[in-house]
Amino acid sequence: MTLTEAPAPPAPAAPPPAARPRRRGRLTPYWLLLPGILWLVVFFALPMVYQASTSVQTGSLEEGYEVTWHVGAYWDALSGYWPQFLRSVAYAAAATALCLLLGYPLAYLIAFRAGRWRNLIMILVIAPFFTSFLIRTLAWKTILADGGPVVGALHALHVLDVTGWLGWTAGDRVLATPLAVVCGLTYNFLPFMILPLYTSLERIDGRLHEAAGDLYARPATTFRKVTFPLSMPGVVSGTLLTFIPATGDYVNADLLGSADTRMVGNVIQTQFLRVLDYPTAAALSFILMAAILVMVTFYIRKSGTEDLV
Amino acid sequence: MAFVNWLKRNLVVIAGLLTLGYLLLPNVVVTVFSFNKPNGRFNYAWQRFSTDAWKDPCGVAGMCDSLGLSLQIALWATLGATALGTMIAFALVRYRFRARGAVNSLIFLPMAMPEVVMAASLLTLFLNMGARLGFWTILIAHIMFCLSFVVIAVKARVMSMDPRLEQAAQDLYAGPFQTFVRVTLPIAAPGIAAGALLAFALSFDDFIITNFNAGSTVTFPMFVWGSAQRGTPVQINVIGTAMFVVAVLFVLVSMAVGNRRKRRTA
Repeated sequence: MTLTEAPAPPAPAAPPPAARPRRRGRLTPYWLLLPGILWLVVFFALPMVYQASTSVQTGSLEEGYEVTWHVGAYWDALSGYWPQFLRSVAYAAAATALCLLLGYPLAYLIAFRAGRWRNLIMILVIAPFFTSFLIRTLAWKTILADGGPVVGALHALHVLDVTGWLGWTAGDRVLATPLAVVCGLTYNFLPFMILPLYTSLERIDGRLHEAAGDLYARPATTFRKVTFPLSMPGVVSGTLLTFIPATGDYVNADLLGSADTRMVGNVIQTQFLRVLDYPTAAALSFILMAAILVMVTFYIRKSGTEDLV
Repeated sequence: MAFVNWLKRNLVVIAGLLTLGYLLLPNVVVTVFSFNKPNGRFNYAWQRFSTDAWKDPCGVAGMCDSLGLSLQIALWATLGATALGTMIAFALVRYRFRARGAVNSLIFLPMAMPEVVMAASLLTLFLNMGARLGFWTILIAHIMFCLSFVVIAVKARVMSMDPRLEQAAQDLYAGPFQTFVRVTLPIAAPGIAAGALLAFALSFDDFIITNFNAGSTVTFPMFVWGSAQRGTPVQINVIGTAMFVVAVLFVLVSMAVGNRRKRRTA
């Protein structure tokens, strides 16, 4: 089985979804769609257009803005804030990799090894969704506090020496360093990795594992040649669901980081809500959107999983 | 040697449980620190045990008002997004029509867009229209971003439905309306409920989009954000703990009800 044929959402197999042509009501689907699609067009698509137009405006808050096709905002945004852009991509990529590394065993555990504990573990993965993520992110401030047990243990194990040398931490601190921000991002988006991984792992026929064993594959080989390739759709949608929101996040960088860990989301937020420099902010968010769309398209092509929805 | 073998065999379980611990650690900290009596404004270091905050959860100015507002917005956003989303899901699964691909992309895009981008662009729209930021702009935004998630959840359920059941109902002389209310809707209900639950959780917890489009209106996440700068009151941990407990209980109860119903029909 190749990777390209792996993604198989309940497609034409099972009961055919109303293959019978309907005689009455050719317009019914359009009436059903109308309110929702109108909502999305007016409050999702149209705003994008407004943002595009804002990004090429010049003027000031007092005198009003005017579309002057001044593309300088894009240049200013890129030349002024490229470190934040790079940082966002780097942090999001690190968090995504960590999520995959941490999330895979848990998804595997729920899918194959949990037995009667499966539902309980599932609840424990989902329940934090219903508690405020801001409160939980603030809890990381307590966990990673200077001189706290976590920092103490990392120091005793000389981990902080290594991460300090790599530039991930500074001195005896974890808070207000890149490590804390990546830790927070990983934590916040981990469920978005676990759930798609679990969904695709759960679909795997257990007999395939037995078959691999019968053919003298060691567990590691079975995983490498059977389980992992078959879980590819989950890996792809999990990494996307983690990477995209992580790139635009500004909460973790704000609460757990410092001025040196600002991400592009922080810049957009400050420009929009405090500096009130709308053209630059719009240009920044447009560049972010474009960058993500390009990266995602490229990634989806590469991994051969086009049918994600 | 036996231990090493045991370790090898259960490596996945151990790693998975460690991840689960990582996932739940903040919840444990939130719970423990809801019983703290902090010295000064910041509730970041353990001082001593106290149940003061639990006895007086609304003792902080503005917090419970923001909580009520968040609940209200989440309720309306859930209603709106579930109604609109269910209709879209039915149209997508049950009908072949032109522009299906375009509709699918339009549903997918909000989920593939970083929240800041949506938040910022929505703000430019509201500013251009001269809309007053507050309850209504928040509600509009929440319905917008919850919509796609409802569509996905309901679609999954409707896709696995057997259309023959509805045909059977029609063969038994049920009208289209009767068929929908007595057959289609009950079967689709779990998907709709899942979508509604997701919408509620997303709306209630949303910070980024609300932050941009709330003006001076304060929802609960915005209250938490604001207090993070000034010093978080212990009561915030009380609310966080209560929300976690309520969520777990809610899921446990709904699962028990579902199991009993399954057993009864079996």
